[in-house]
Amino acid sequence: LSLSGLLEKKRSAGISLEFKFCGFFVCESEGLTVKMKKRMKMLLLLGFCCGMVFGDQNRSDPHDQRVFPVLSINYDYVQMPFEVSLWILLASLMKLGFHLLPVLSGVVPESCLLIVVGLLVGGLIRVMGKNPPVLDSQLFFLCLLPPIILDAGYFLPIRPFTENAGTILTFAVLGTLWNVFFMGAVLYGACRLEAGRLASVDLLSCLLFGSIVSAVDPVAVLAVFEEIHINELLHILVFGESLLNDAVTVVLYHLFEEFAHAGEVTVGDVFLGVVCFFVVALGGVLVGGVYGVLAAFTSRFTSHTRVIEPLFVFLYSYMAYLSAEVFHLSGIMALIACGVVMRPYVEANISHKSYTTIKYFLKMWSSVSETLIFIFLGVSTVAGPHAWNWTFVSITIVLCLLSRVLGVVGLTYIINKYRMVKLSGKDQFIVAYGGLRGAIAFSLAFLLSSDDFPMKDMFLTAIITVIFFTVFVQGMTIRPLVDLLAVKKRKQSKCSINEEIHTQFLEHLLAGIEGVCGHYGHHHWRHKLNRFNKRYIKRCLIGGERSQEPQLISFYNKMELKQALMLLESNSSANLSAGVTAAIPRQRSRKTLNISKEREEEIRKILRGNLQKTRQRVRHTHTHTHTDTHRHTHTHTVTHTLSHTHTHTLSHRHTHTHTHTLTY
Amino acid sequence: MGLQGWRNVLALKTSKNNNRAAWQRAFPVPLSHSQITRLYSRFHSLDKGENGALSREDFQRIPELAINPLGDRIINAFFPEGEDQANFRGFMRTLAHFRPVEDNEKNKDLTSGEPLNSRTNKLLFAFRLYDLDRDDKISRDELLQVLRMMVGVNISDEQLGSIADRTIQEADTNGDMCISFSEFIKVLEKVDVEQKMSIRFLH
Repeated sequence: LSLSGLLEKKRSAGISLEFKFCGFFVCESEGLTVKMKKRMKMLLLLGFCCGMVFGDQNRSDPHDQRVFPVLSINYDYVQMPFEVSLWILLASLMKLGFHLLPVLSGVVPESCLLIVVGLLVGGLIRVMGKNPPVLDSQLFFLCLLPPIILDAGYFLPIRPFTENAGTILTFAVLGTLWNVFFMGAVLYGACRLEAGRLASVDLLSCLLFGSIVSAVDPVAVLAVFEEIHINELLHILVFGESLLNDAVTVVLYHLFEEFAHAGEVTVGDVFLGVVCFFVVALGGVLVGGVYGVLAAFTSRFTSHTRVIEPLFVFLYSYMAYLSAEVFHLSGIMALIACGVVMRPYVEANISHKSYTTIKYFLKMWSSVSETLIFIFLGVSTVAGPHAWNWTFVSITIVLCLLSRVLGVVGLTYIINKYRMVKLSGKDQFIVAYGGLRGAIAFSLAFLLSSDDFPMKDMFLTAIITVIFFTVFVQGMTIRPLVDLLAVKKRKQSKCSINEEIHTQFLEHLLAGIEGVCGHYGHHHWRHKLNRFNKRYIKRCLIGGERSQEPQLISFYNKMELKQALMLLESNSSANLSAGVTAAIPRQRSRKTLNISKEREEEIRKILRGNLQKTRQRVRHTHTHTHTDTHRHTHTHTVTHTLSHTHTHTLSHRHTHTHTHTLTY
Repeated sequence: MGLQGWRNVLALKTSKNNNRAAWQRAFPVPLSHSQITRLYSRFHSLDKGENGALSREDFQRIPELAINPLGDRIINAFFPEGEDQANFRGFMRTLAHFRPVEDNEKNKDLTSGEPLNSRTNKLLFAFRLYDLDRDDKISRDELLQVLRMMVGVNISDEQLGSIADRTIQEADTNGDMCISFSEFIKVLEKVDVEQKMSIRFLH
């Protein structure tokens, strides 16, 4: 019911028509009282008058001014945000569409489908006559990549990562170096032999190309491995490698680019390159760590402004990434370090809602980013200038596979001498086969300057072909191969307090045993780190009382909260009241209550939590009856345990400290 | 067996019939002789009294055990029932539980059932550390004691009690309000015990 519509109608027909129209509308709308209807009629009347005034004005002097533009188009004003939103909307709709077709998503990994969509969209744009947009490297590195890496780093499973850190580093550093030099050297040899168009490709260009293509891509690995649910060890090996090899890639890329620019390489430069590697890697981690500590410290004071807590997490991490990129340090490692350092402290400080917000925002952004990256890859394939060369491309693909397999097998042979749980042949195959290339390689190639590298187009074409090959062929076949080889899948385990307790117990045990052996191993250092953490760091970075809370307690609290929320969501109130009455005679009628045992325990917990504050006696009697039944089993054992339970029940409040001296 | 006896046995290393069977007859524990040599030197360095056996004080002198929450229980694990001295055989036997599990080591020539460092035996060792009264069940009180040791003194008894209740309820399948060894194994089936309970020292 727009004003312009009214004006149009007014010009064509009489006022009575509009009145009837509005009157009709007003009478038809439900829920309006008579007073409101009267008010609306008054407003409409006002509107008509204004319209009439304007209309009169228009009619009265049509020659003095042009017709008031009722409806005009101003696309330039909103073009940028509009197009960005349109792309993101397209990406999200595609994602939605895939999951509505379960047949397709079961066979083909999502990344392949997205690339195909990108190809189609690019083709469509080209058919329409315009030039399809190419994946802008700056957009990629500054906007699309960070959310994915932050999501990966924040939720990185720390225990498997640190347990396999040596293996991961070996694969990331030595494996990538081997790939780069092997590929560069063989490609150079092939180019020399080939002659013709390839003769102008020198060693440095080959090495640079090798360094771009060899890096395993975290985005592609995540996209494919997420769907095959492989066991935790292999997942962390391949994924960790893809994250950590960024340092190597960055160093080699800049190194070779500099050398190509300078034109001359000396031994000193090579030595500087090695130093540069350490600076890049460790510097990146340091920058990330500093920002992580800052974020943790800031989160200590956010108890009064809970709403902006997630913002701190995102901003500090992004700043870490950007700061690292300023100095040409490894932005990915900075981001991972920031997420890893920040997480335990931030999670202790922020509210549960903020935690959920952070989790879902990160997942959302990384999902959208990933989708956009793959779509843009497809579009860029249609758009980009191509220079196809059968020899170069085919040799590249073959070499990628070959160098990866050789590298993995060779390194595993060395690594297995130091590992406790050896990597079997199946594991090695999956690690080798999971080395997917992705958009990072493409963007790095795109950044090359055409002056130094006249073969840039050929490189781009070859890289796109390699990416397509790895994502399509390897991505599609890895799932049936995993099933065929019967590789262990990830065990779906809901969090269990038993596992947590016993794992911590084993860690203490092993630290002690290592002490007995006089061996300063893995457990010893982890134990020392934990103690240092507890004593000094947690006090600074975690606000309030939670700094003293042991890890077990916070784990238990989190679990309880999750269960209580689940209980509230799933159960209706009728069930709840039925369960309450059934909760009390638990000891006697065990068999009949077996079905609702789980639920009734939750209910008891909630009740207990509620009653604890107000009525201590209920809790008190609960423990009393509990240990009463156990006293019988203890009469046969040493007396000191008997007295321990005795004092525990009767005056647990007063002799709180006393009971502990007894047991020790 | 005194110190001299052990030295004689270790001299088997240089003996001509160096085959695995003879070695394993002398040492019915799955350790290679280089590992045994290392353990022996460690045993010797811990044994301040030079009497071929370790007492509890020798263990308590180890700084790592003093700050470990489970220190006392670990020390107790080295001493057999009711004894106060741990000889080298017991020392080795206890530590042999922590040898990494090797897939290719079939131990066909061992006649005594499962090797000490199998997954089940590792778990049994851990279970015995919980279960002080050796009734093959972890009762609520035993669990509470361990929890109290791990968590410290700041947590209230009620909270620990509810954690213990929850733990038992999660693991208990036969309804006896205790965790038996089979339930213990079942609960830890997803945990990579072979890696968690192995020391590189005995690699």
